[in-house]
Amino acid sequence: MTRRQRAALIQVVLYAVLVVGIVVLALVADWPTIRDNFWNPDGVSWADGNWQDLITIGLVNTVKYTAIAFGGGLALGLLLALMRLSPVAPYRWLATAYIEFFRGLPALVVMVFMATGLPIAFGWTPPGGLVGAGLIGLILVAGAYMAETLRAGIQAVPKGQTEAARSLGMRPGATTVRVVLPQAFRIVIPPLTNEFVLLIKDTALLFLLGAAADQRELTSVARDFLSSGPSTGTATSLIQAAILYLVITLPLTQLVAWLERRQRRAVR
Amino acid sequence: MTAEQTSLPREPGAPVPAIQVRGLHKHYGRHEVLQGIDFQVDAGQVVCVIGPSGSGKSTLLRCVNRLEEPTSGEILIEGIDICDRRTDLDDIRSRIGMVFQQFNLFPHLSVLKNLTLAQRNVRRRSKDEAVEIARQTLAKVGLSDKESAYPAHLSGGQQQRVAIARALSMNPDMMLFDEPTSALDPELVGDVLAVMKELAQEGMTMMVVTHEMGFAREVGDHLVFMDGGVVVEEGRPADVLSHPQHERTQSFLSKVL
Repeated sequence: MTRRQRAALIQVVLYAVLVVGIVVLALVADWPTIRDNFWNPDGVSWADGNWQDLITIGLVNTVKYTAIAFGGGLALGLLLALMRLSPVAPYRWLATAYIEFFRGLPALVVMVFMATGLPIAFGWTPPGGLVGAGLIGLILVAGAYMAETLRAGIQAVPKGQTEAARSLGMRPGATTVRVVLPQAFRIVIPPLTNEFVLLIKDTALLFLLGAAADQRELTSVARDFLSSGPSTGTATSLIQAAILYLVITLPLTQLVAWLERRQRRAVR
Repeated sequence: MTAEQTSLPREPGAPVPAIQVRGLHKHYGRHEVLQGIDFQVDAGQVVCVIGPSGSGKSTLLRCVNRLEEPTSGEILIEGIDICDRRTDLDDIRSRIGMVFQQFNLFPHLSVLKNLTLAQRNVRRRSKDEAVEIARQTLAKVGLSDKESAYPAHLSGGQQQRVAIARALSMNPDMMLFDEPTSALDPELVGDVLAVMKELAQEGMTMMVVTHEMGFAREVGDHLVFMDGGVVVEEGRPADVLSHPQHERTQSFLSKVL
């Protein structure tokens, strides 16, 4: 047997194993039970199933919370990135300490701390109740990550750009705002979009803090349908939530891939 | 273009040099790039600086608007000490046009915006005025049809001419050129040199670090040869180029001419 024939044979065997495996699994599986538990007809009914609450409350709030956390994180991250690049050493130390601290902690710890620790220690409750506190926690953590992304973007802008602006008499602040940052943001659009996707998923942590019925994000709504509603006792609502998450995250990850391809092609 | 814009007291009748450098030293760590440079450009004069790479000529030019920080020495622009803490460096820089080897146009802005940004931001000109001046300078460098193009869509020669127009839009008192044609394809060099020559003929004060000996001979009023961080020889371009006195100048010229 030649080497090529052997390679062809191996391929055939690999495909055969795959097909046999799928067929066996399909025959052995208890399809009616699987369907009742993961795609319960009462739960997935358009008319009176879970979809309405999942979308109008869960999905809408998830997008809203993600936007708030992203906007806040971006503003904080920009401030921290500029501090890290500041000529004033204490600003650099502060920003570095902040970034290392919050990147090293689970987001959940920060969120729970904002929701419970702050009111106990300072008698101060963040605005927006538990959701607001959780979002502040998310912003604090996201800001640390975005700061590093933005710093890398700012440093990727060629030094000649700053020199050209300064040689025209532009002051350091104007140079940063008008010349460096617009170029830096272009560079960091793909990693920032990734950060947005991560935040969409992190908003699910808000479920652990609890929220009023119409403030629940997607995971909380799905969780509540596990024990009440048309598909009680089945995992149907979680499958539905998963689908809704993918509806927003998949296009975004595709967008990132496209942006990265385009950026690689772009010549300076 | 005169040297009369400074308000510093001086002897009547004695014109203030546009650029005056005295005893300039520049170290990078222990490496001494400039070892005591005395250098002068009078108003309306075109001074070309030549020399092998690593001779310190670009560093000297970049010290003139303090893109490089001098280690010691004095730099006077129209009589004003730019290393003095009381000097408004940004104001001085806005009066010195600078052209870089790598053009350094702002890639996120159209050609017109490249030309109006600093006019608006530094000179505080109105939008209409800035655009009008930008269009005039673009016409001067022969690129009126490119005002809405982005730098990435221009050839190197066009980009460098836009860079010159960007500097001219600020109505500078003098221009610094840092090897303006070194990054260009040979067939594009001529257009840029033609623009520079026209500027020189209009009386612009220019300091040009270059490898273009033809330009230095034809357009320059004064030629400075640098090597190893010192000025080895200077004089009228034709004299220096045709009858170099110093052995290092002779050896350099024999390689490039």
